[in-house]
Formats: sequence, C-alpha cells, structure tokens
Amino acid sequence: MTRMTGAQMLLDSLQREGVDTIFGYPGGVVLPLYDTLPEFPGLHHILVRHEQAAAHMADGYARASGRMGVCLGTSGPGATNLVTGICTSWMDSTPVLAITGNVARTLLGKDGFQEADITGITQPITKHNYLVMNSREIPLTVREAKHIATTGRPGPVLIDIPKDVFQEQDRFEWPEQVSLRGYKPTLEGHAGMIRRAAELINQAKRPIIISGHGIIWGDAQKELVELAEKANIPVITTFLGISGFPELHPLSYGFLGMHGMYYANMAADEADLVVAIGMRFDDRAMGRFNAFNPGVKIVHIDIDPAEIGKNFPTAVPIVGDAKHVLPKLTEHVHEREHKEWIRWIDHVREEHPSLEIRESRRMLPQYVVRTLYEETSGNATIVTGVGQHQMWAGQHYFYNRPRQLISSGGLGTMGFELPAAIGAQVALPGQEVWAICGDAGFQMTLQEMAVLVDQRLPVKIAIFNNGYLGMVRQWQQLFYDKNFVSVAVTQPDFVKLAEAYGIKALRAETKSDVQSVIQEARDFPGPVLIDFQIDQEENVWPMVPAGAALSETIEAPAEEVAR
Amino acid sequence: MTGLGPSNGSRPRSRRQHIVVAIVEDKPGVLMRVASLFRRRGFNIESLTVGHSEAPGLSRMTIVVDGESAPVEQVEKQLYKLIDVVKVSDLSQEDLIARELAMIKVRCNNLNRHELLEIANVFRADVIDIASNSLILQVVGYEDKINGLIKMCEPYGVREMSRTGRMAMARGTKTTTVHEAEPPKIAQIHASQGRRVEGELPFSSD
Repeated sequence: MTRMTGAQMLLDSLQREGVDTIFGYPGGVVLPLYDTLPEFPGLHHILVRHEQAAAHMADGYARASGRMGVCLGTSGPGATNLVTGICTSWMDSTPVLAITGNVARTLLGKDGFQEADITGITQPITKHNYLVMNSREIPLTVREAKHIATTGRPGPVLIDIPKDVFQEQDRFEWPEQVSLRGYKPTLEGHAGMIRRAAELINQAKRPIIISGHGIIWGDAQKELVELAEKANIPVITTFLGISGFPELHPLSYGFLGMHGMYYANMAADEADLVVAIGMRFDDRAMGRFNAFNPGVKIVHIDIDPAEIGKNFPTAVPIVGDAKHVLPKLTEHVHEREHKEWIRWIDHVREEHPSLEIRESRRMLPQYVVRTLYEETSGNATIVTGVGQHQMWAGQHYFYNRPRQLISSGGLGTMGFELPAAIGAQVALPGQEVWAICGDAGFQMTLQEMAVLVDQRLPVKIAIFNNGYLGMVRQWQQLFYDKNFVSVAVTQPDFVKLAEAYGIKALRAETKSDVQSVIQEARDFPGPVLIDFQIDQEENVWPMVPAGAALSETIEAPAEEVAR
Repeated sequence: MTGLGPSNGSRPRSRRQHIVVAIVEDKPGVLMRVASLFRRRGFNIESLTVGHSEAPGLSRMTIVVDGESAPVEQVEKQLYKLIDVVKVSDLSQEDLIARELAMIKVRCNNLNRHELLEIANVFRADVIDIASNSLILQVVGYEDKINGLIKMCEPYGVREMSRTGRMAMARGTKTTTVHEAEPPKIAQIHASQGRRVEGELPFSSD
C-alpha cells in the first residue's frame, strides 16, 4: 500500500476515473491541492475567471462529450460561486463533479474566514454530496461520486474537502467496485409494461412520440429512429430533446412548447396517444397542465421513477433506460402507416409553417441563424444562452447529430453560453463550436474570453445584439401593456472589448454583411467574436402565452409580419 | 424546520395521513436531507421519529405525512431518490401497530394527587417522577389514548410535555427491513419446505 496525502489521493483517483480536465480557480484552502497538481501532468487544469463559469464549462464539457465534467473552487465564495452552475446541471440532469475545499476540520462550524456550509447549500441541487472528513475516504468517495453522477438519471455531485484533509497522509486503497445499497438504477423496463405499451401503440390512431433529453443521455437516437420508423409515428422533441431525433428525418416535426412549432403543439394536443421518452412534462413544454389534450393516453418511459405520474397521470409507466427499453418496445409494435394522421399534421404544417423566414431588408435574427446553418452545413455544435436568441437558435438551425445543441433549459441560466461553449470546445478539439449569445447574457460571463486566449480555443461567438433584454421586452410588450421597464441595456463596444482581450472581432450592421462575416469567422483559425446588430424589435413566434394551453398557440400577428 | 411541528394533538388518525417508513444510512446529514426534501416539495410532516434499526449502520425513520399535501406515491419516490435512503415503505395500507410515547409533567398537590394517580391508572400510564407539587406521567399508546390522557390532565395544569411522534410496524411476518440473508440453518429448513423468501427492492418497476 502506498501512502499519499489527501491531495494526491484526490488527483490520483480522478485520473483513475478517466478525468482529463479540471476547470478551476485556486484559493486559500485548496492550495495544498494546487501544490500537488504538477505531479499529475495527465490532468489539464484550466484557470477560469469566475467559479460560476467553471461549473458551466464542466457542464458544457459533459453535454458535448457525454463524459463527466469536473470543476473546482475554494471554500466560501469560491464554493458559493459554483452554485448557479451546479443548479443549471441539476435541472438539466448533466453529470458534473464539483470539488470544493473547506476550512480545516478543527475550524469547521466556527465561522472562520471563507467558511461556507456548501454541502448544506447544495443539498437540494445535487444528486448527492459529500463532506470528506478523513483522507483515506477520498478514493471511495470519488468512485461513488462518479458512479452516482454518470449512471441512472445523471446529475451533479459535490465533494467538499477540508484543507487539512488534503494534507493528511494515509494509505491509498483503491476500491475494486462501488456498491450503494440505496442506489440501484433500473435499466431494463418491465416486460409486461412494455407489452402493454406496445398494445396501446398498435391500437392508437393518432400516436405521437415526445422525446426528451433522456434520449441524448441514454445514447438512444438509433433506437428511437427504429421505433418511429417501424410504427411510422411522428416525433416531436422537447427543447432539450433537440438533436435526439434527426431533424431532417421525414418523421421529425420539430419541438413543442412555449416557442415550439405550431404544428408540433397541435399534434401533441390532437394525439390520442403520447409516447413520452426521457422527458419530464415540464410546464414550458406542455402549456397549462389541466388544459393539455384531455383524453390522451400517456405511455411514459423514464429512468427516474419519480418523474412518472408527477405532473400527468400515466396509462403505462415504464421505468428504464431508453437504450434498453426501446428495442424491446420496437419488437412488439406492428408496422403501421398512420397515413391520415400524418397527412393531418402535414396539412397543419403547410397552413402554419412556423419556420418560414419572411423577406425583409432588416437583419432578422432568424435569417442569421439560418445563414449560419447553411454556411456550417448543419455540422457545428451550437451553444446558447437564454432568451430570444436561444429560441431562434433552436428553431432555425436543424440538428441531426445528438449533443449538437447545448443550452440551459430547466434553470434558464443567462450567461451559460460562453463558458459552456468553452467546455464543449475543450471536449471537441478540432470541431466547430459556436456560442450564440444575447447581448445581455454575454455581459454576465464575458470575462471568460480570457480563457479562449489562454487555451487557444477557436470558439466563435455570435452576439445577437438588439440592445434589449429581448425576451423580457417581448413579455412587457405583449403582457404588460408595452410598459418597458429596465430592459434597454447599455453596452460596451463588443468589437473593441474582444480586441482588448486579444480576440479577433467583426461586426455585421446590415443583412448583406451576415454571410461574409460568418465566412470570415470560419476561415480564421482562432476565436472570433461577431457583433450581429439584429433587428431590435423582432419577437419570437409562435408563442404559447404563460398559463395558456398548447392548443392556444399564437402565431406572429400581421402587423409584425408586415414590418 | 418548517413542517416539523407536532401535530395539533386533537386530530385522530385519519385516512388523510400516511405512515411512511424509511430505512436510511446512519450517516451525518441524512435527517437534513429528508427534512429538506419534504420542505422543498411542500409535503407536510405530522411527525417524524428516528432511531436505530435492527441492522447495524441503518436507521429507521417513521414519517407521518399529511396526505392532502402530497400524493404518497410522490413522497415515496422522492425519498427513494436520496442516495442515503435504502428502502421506503408505505404502511398506510398495512395492518399495523402504531405507538407513541409521551411524558407529561402535571401540576398537583397533596389534595388532588390521588385523583391524578387514578387517571394515570385508567390510561395505564406510569408515574416516573414525583415531587411535592408535580409529577411526571409516562404513557405509551395510540395517539387517541395519549390525547385523552392529556385532556384529563389539563384541568390540573400541564407544565411540560414531550411526545415522540408515531412509530409503526406491520403486523405478522411482513417486514419493512432491507432484505438480509436468513441464518443458513433456517434458510435450509425453509428451502426444504419449498418456501421462498421475499427480498425485492422497491420501485424496480414490477
């Protein structure tokens, strides 16, 4: 048995668990850990400029690669700065390991300098967390944390380690396996339930599949396509489910919800059977719960039993992993055509196309996204912030490869885009990553441009600059009688700002600039920021007003289209 | 801790209450995780008791939940999501024995002490301490019985009271424990008689 310090044990254990990158920020109590870091050249440490960004980077890394992301902060403010990022990955179920230092064991609970009860603070927003009080517990804790974060329904796990535990020497024992008696995720669905689900599918006249983030994390795109094709069932996704089903597939009908496609919302509302896979019936996706499609039968497949029956009564519950359940379900469903039903949805789509971009001399944001889609041949990984630009990016780029769209859905964290894109680019060296930002959200985490320069990461930043908190402005216009309060944002000169960081920057002032700046940015090997000065008052349509039903989806009013 | 107050005392056990037993790892912070879960999801706790279980390293929590604040199925599933919660059982539908213990310090004097002792006798309460102007009664039983005793003591002056909250166990052979292997000899006897031992995990979807 080798003897090691707690710091050595932690880094050795992370390496054994396949970790190659740590997004972190040093501080008093984690100095013993940083002191040890050079002994582990296999662990690449990326110095961030704010701990919140470290958590988003670890999240973006995880979402782009499917592997656990790791972030690190010191005690007190370092730890509390991680909280927004941890909660973002909690709401979207992504595997992130957050490591924090804490004050020495003898000082815990004494309110010393930079002490924060981070395990207490993060208890409701982590899948599990640990306060490690003996260095010899570190290896097992890291193994358990990785196991918990990456299996079942993924989620963030936090490990808090007091300073003197990093320094304490003890025997290093690597546990051969992890066994948690209180944690045994169910992967295989119940055979009887799968047969019942198949019966319902075979009987249904108007079935629809609503697929969610679980398809992406369950690595089940292929299995989903096989099920949809065999029974010829139209597929719509949730917003986070985008890219789980190829959007160019003839059975793809976009995504549903508050800014989903008109025909997707109508199809969900008209269906006689919803097969929900790896999604959690969020209010933004379903509209007002008690007004959603009365009489519809729901087959709900999810790895988390607590999601089943939480918001809607379920006809057939199947607890299991999509990758295991879908092939068995496909086996039992009959080949069908559903001609009339698909014709009905196609007809709605012809009448209400939703994704048609109108002719305009203005620089419409939809046009910018579509041009980006065409210029990148649909192959880029798109990372967005939260708001109008997020919805346009979801609508007007078409995603065929799983993990191609990375966005904060559940928590809706503005400022997620730049750090998450950095994390994604670290996970996908050599691939094209675009951060689509709002001009306001960008200002929440713009300091991370420094990391692009440090790490020579070629992330392309597209700021959709309309000078407003666009989505808030849209709500004030539509629901608060045009009483515009605190929505016009003062901005720096983004081009000069990027140049001050040493980043190439371009500006598109008119529609005719759009294509050429995208081309120029793509041709440049390093990071580029583009300030797209888009039309200021364009709104996102279609829209389900808050509290309305999916069947009450509104399309762009004539006066807006005429602008 | 919101929702952890004692029950209002006068309410009898009704269908609106659920008794949930959770077997949890005996680790620091487990009680906070459970309490925090109830607060966050808006489930009201009528009472909660914790103590060691028959298995080393595992504690047993008996939680009485206001059934109107939460569908019991959600309570169970959310509890089971906590990594430190090993098993959850809803005893509401079971034929069960539920008990609570209370200590009541009642004001008394030489003139009325004998009355109180008689009342205690009727409720099969024990006198566990006695002083010149007060005594402590200890009573074990169903909530109704304890409430009844308290009501009888009130005219004398209840100076202090401490109640454990409800503990419960299913009658008969059915257990709420984590499945443990039977002693080999007994297992042999059972096997030879063709009996099977139950030992499923909750929520394996079957």
